[in-house]
Order: sequence, then C-alpha cells, then structure tokens
Amino acid sequence: MSEGKNVDNGVNVQALLEAREALSEMPEGAKFTWRATSDWVNGTHSHSFVEGFFGLGEEQKHIKKYDFDSDHPEIFASEDLGATPVEFVLVGLAGCLTAGIAAVAQNRDIQLKKVTATLEAPMDIQGILGMDSDVRNGFDEIKVHYEIEADADKDDIEALVAQSQKRSAVFDIVTNPTNVTVNVN
Amino acid sequence: MSRSTSTSDKNQSLHRKTGTIDVIVIGAGHAGLATSYCLQQRGIDHLVLERGEIANSWKKERWDSLTLLTPNWQSRLPGFQYEGDDQDGFMTMKQLIRFLEDYARLVNPPLNTHAEVTDVRQNGKGYEVKSKAGEWTCKALVIASGACNIPSKPKCAEALSHSITSLTPHDYRNPDQLEPGGVMIVGASATGLQLADEIQQQGHDVTIATGEHVRMPRTYRRKDIQFWLHKAGILDERYDELDDINRARKLPSPQLIGAHDPRILDLNKLTDQGARLVGRIMGIRDNQAMFSGSLKNVCALADLKMNRMLNTIDEWADENPDEVPEECKAEPKERFEATRVDDKPTITIDFKDNNIRTIIWCTGFKPDYQWLDVDTFDHKGMIRHDGGVAQSPGLYVIGLPVLRRRKSSFIHGTEDDVNDITEHLAAYLSAETATRVGASR
Repeated sequence: MSEGKNVDNGVNVQALLEAREALSEMPEGAKFTWRATSDWVNGTHSHSFVEGFFGLGEEQKHIKKYDFDSDHPEIFASEDLGATPVEFVLVGLAGCLTAGIAAVAQNRDIQLKKVTATLEAPMDIQGILGMDSDVRNGFDEIKVHYEIEADADKDDIEALVAQSQKRSAVFDIVTNPTNVTVNVN
Repeated sequence: MSRSTSTSDKNQSLHRKTGTIDVIVIGAGHAGLATSYCLQQRGIDHLVLERGEIANSWKKERWDSLTLLTPNWQSRLPGFQYEGDDQDGFMTMKQLIRFLEDYARLVNPPLNTHAEVTDVRQNGKGYEVKSKAGEWTCKALVIASGACNIPSKPKCAEALSHSITSLTPHDYRNPDQLEPGGVMIVGASATGLQLADEIQQQGHDVTIATGEHVRMPRTYRRKDIQFWLHKAGILDERYDELDDINRARKLPSPQLIGAHDPRILDLNKLTDQGARLVGRIMGIRDNQAMFSGSLKNVCALADLKMNRMLNTIDEWADENPDEVPEECKAEPKERFEATRVDDKPTITIDFKDNNIRTIIWCTGFKPDYQWLDVDTFDHKGMIRHDGGVAQSPGLYVIGLPVLRRRKSSFIHGTEDDVNDITEHLAAYLSAETATRVGASR
C-alpha cells in the first residue's frame, strides 16, 4: 500500500481490517441484531426511530436517536408527511452501496471526488391494489446508476462498484429471499 | 531404481498389523505417493494407509469425460514426469490412473491398501491410528486423503421434491444416465460448466445457476493459459503472500476444460448453445427454485478479475520479451467478450412447468475428517494449518487447494509442497528424538 498517496475518503480502513482480524478469532462477536421501532400516527403516516442495536457481544447505541416519517404521496390520497416506505428501501440500498464504494476505494488507494447514485425501481401498483394476482407487490427490478469521479481508470472504478455489491448487506437483502415472521401480541 | 535393501523392512511393516512407526501417511493418491517418495529419500520410516486402491478417488469418484485441467507438460511429481509425445494434451482419467500406477511402481511405497482409517487420536506426543488393516502408533501423521471427499450442497437442497433426481459430481458419470427432460446445473466451476456442456450437447435443456465463479480462457495469445500462469509466476505465488488466503482456498475451480482440441468453455458459449443462465440458487419452495438477483454482478466480477489476470500476463510478457515464444509476440493482447446476461434474468423457475427432471449440485467439495479425533479444527470443520503444518504437533496435510502456493490446487503443485512439508517433518522428528535422548540421560 503506497503511503505517499494520501488517499483520504474518510474511511478508517485500518480499524475495519483489525476488526475483521479480531472477529475471525471470535466469530460470536460478529453476530449483530438491528432494530427499529415504529408507531402509527394517522392515515398512512408512521413515525419510526432507530437507536439501539446488538453487536460485539453486547448492547450498543447510536450516538443519538434517528427519527423517520413515512407516508404516501398525495396522489394516493395521503398527506405526504414523509418518504414512501419503498423509497426507504432505495435509500438504504444507495447508502449501503456507496459506503462500500468508499471503503473499498480507501483500501485500494483510490481517491474519490464525487459519487452520485441515481436509483430507479419500476413497480406496477396493480399488485398492491389487489387488482391482478399475477402482478407482484414489490419492485419489478431496481436500477442503480453511478456517476463516479475518482483517481482511477474505468476498470478500477467498475471493480469498486462490483466489489461493493458483493459485500453489501442491503444488496443481499433485496436480491435474495429472507424469511420474515410477523406476529402480534 | 533399486529398492531391494528396503523390501524386507517394508514387508515386515506390512505384515505387522500393529506397532509403532515414525510416520503414517493417509491416502495413496498423487499427494500420498509423492509424500512417500520424499520420506524414502530422507530415509524416514513410514507406512501408507489407503482406504481403497492407489488413485482411489480418481478411479471411483469422477465422471467419464473428465480430463485434467493442466496439460501433460505440467504432469509431474517428485522423481517422475510425463514422458509421452503429447505434451500439450490433457490426461483422461484412465491415463491419469495409469500415470499414478506407474508412479506407485517407481515409489514402491510401504503400502496397505483397503486399510480405511477409522479413528485417529493424539497419544502423548504422537498419534494412535486405527484402520481396517491394523492399529499403529506414530510420531507424525501426514493427511493426504484428498480435498474432494464429500460433495457440498447448499442448505436449500433439502427442500427439493423427491420427484426430481438429485445428483452430485460423485454420482454423475455421463449423460446416458439422465432421464429425458431438463437439467439444472447448480454452480459454474469447471465441473458445472463441463457437465452443462456435455449434457446440453446430448439434447437436454440446461439451466445453469451461477454464483461467484472464476472465468479463465483455455488459450491466450496462442498458448495454453497454464503456460502464461506458470511463466508469469502466478502459479508460484505463496500462500503467505496472498491478500486473502481463506478466500483463495475457497474459490471455485477455474472455468476450464481439458480437451483434445483445446477450446474455450465459458458462460457465453453455453448461452450460445441455448442454456439458460440464472443467478445463484437461494431457495427452493413449492417446487420452485429461487435465484439471487446478483447474477449481473457476479458475472461482472468474474470478467473484471479475468481481465486483471490477463493484464498481469501482458505486463510480464512486455517486461520479459526473451521468454515469450516467437509465435506469441505478434498476437494482440486479446480481450474476451463480457459475459452476456439478460436484462432481467429469471429469478424463479418452477421445476414442473419447465420440465426439469434432474438437478446436479456442482457446488464444491469438502474433505472428510470424520475419523480424525484431534483438537485441530476451525469453526468450519477444516484443519487449522499454516501451509500444511497443522496446529497439532506432528500433524501435516498435503494436497489441498492453495496449500502453500497457488499451484497446490493442481497435481504438479504437490512436488514443491511435499518437499517443504517433509523437510519440516524431518526436523520435527529429529527434535523429538533429541528431546527423548536428552531426557533418558
């Protein structure tokens, strides 16, 4: 790794690599649990927050509580007091992939200047409206487009984006099936 | 080679179905035979225990059309090499078995065949070995029982309906054993691609489920890819110099086929022949298989990695023009078409609607260590070792992928590995003996 390059994407790769090394000795510590809490407010508007999670063998906390409002747009006869839940999925995917790009770039000594992701996910709402059982509720597909400016050639930038997908949690969550259990008290 | 002096000793140990011996080698495949050769060179007393016959896995656990992925000029073991006139050919299994039997005649190992090892445990500073041919105590143990004993399947395989025939590469011999109808090949390693290719040519509809894979052209700039990998020093890269050795050891075999007429077999070729390319299998439910939506990315990753390897080769060729054969110099630095993936690949397939009758799990292999009752495993059930030297003193493994070098995955990689390991083993035995002599004074 060339130290003279002064590549700084703001990612502490050393700490991540050390954590990986430490966790290979105690894989139990790698078991995390993520949480969110959500309250219905009114109509399609819900208020959610995240704060605590579990990892490295104990309870952990964000430095503060983060709040989110979800709702639907006015054309759905809603008040549009927040992003649509499906948009949160896109936000999560973009956040995850871009974080990965920054980390991989740091590890590969590539200075990033600009990384913009544009996401598009077509959906036929006949599914959620129950009009046609052959139409699924969710996205037909997700398209992510990256504009990246960096000190690297085209192949290296493509490799960053590919490696980021390979290591991304949200990419895995949306591309692969997950069992979901919903119960009620 | 004259071995008359040692024959009587050997026969003694063969008939002595119990006793003490310095070293036991488990397995008489290429790695076990090579180990015996090197131990004999060093005059180390040892015994080879083989569950079946010489080259047992190659005889019983391979499909009919398989050939080595390395050309004949690479077929070499300590003290032995291919000497036929088809240096660029690829050995069939029959030829390889003969090659190994010829090698066994040269090595003339102190061997017990049909001597399956049933239990090994630590006993003081040595090991107690129980086998179907007798019981021994040894100071050191070399495990050369192979990397491909048990075919691995993903967990979702359990949910497959019994109406679909489920095969592994150990069950599969040739397309004639398949019933009419579609075949789903899971995995895009050398195995997956080779089976997909021959099964499709036999007229079956083939679907191939593809996770991460290693794309590699058979020939590049008019030479076999192994020529370039060898010349550019890639095969000699050491295990302790690789970025991520755990990953390197788990990589699927490169998408190569050895054939009389060297040809490139890749996913594009299968697609051209009419195969359906889908993502990694992620689940089976209600007689439907579900595939990951990451197909484009795994193909992009494999294409990028192949191009990086070709760049390394080109850079080496530019820097070492004297070592590049004349006929390759004028050749352009060719790049291959990116893997073609449908804009929206299928993510679910119903076995019945698509008339898929057979599924073949080409999803890797595991070594079988059920008989090894020694505290030396990692949390994945693999032996913890540093380049073949296990954590447990006096315990060694040989013949595993990227054991000490990239080439360890291939037969010709055994030579350097076995030299290193028997050197370590000899030093271990001397130190042991020295301690004991010292203690008895």
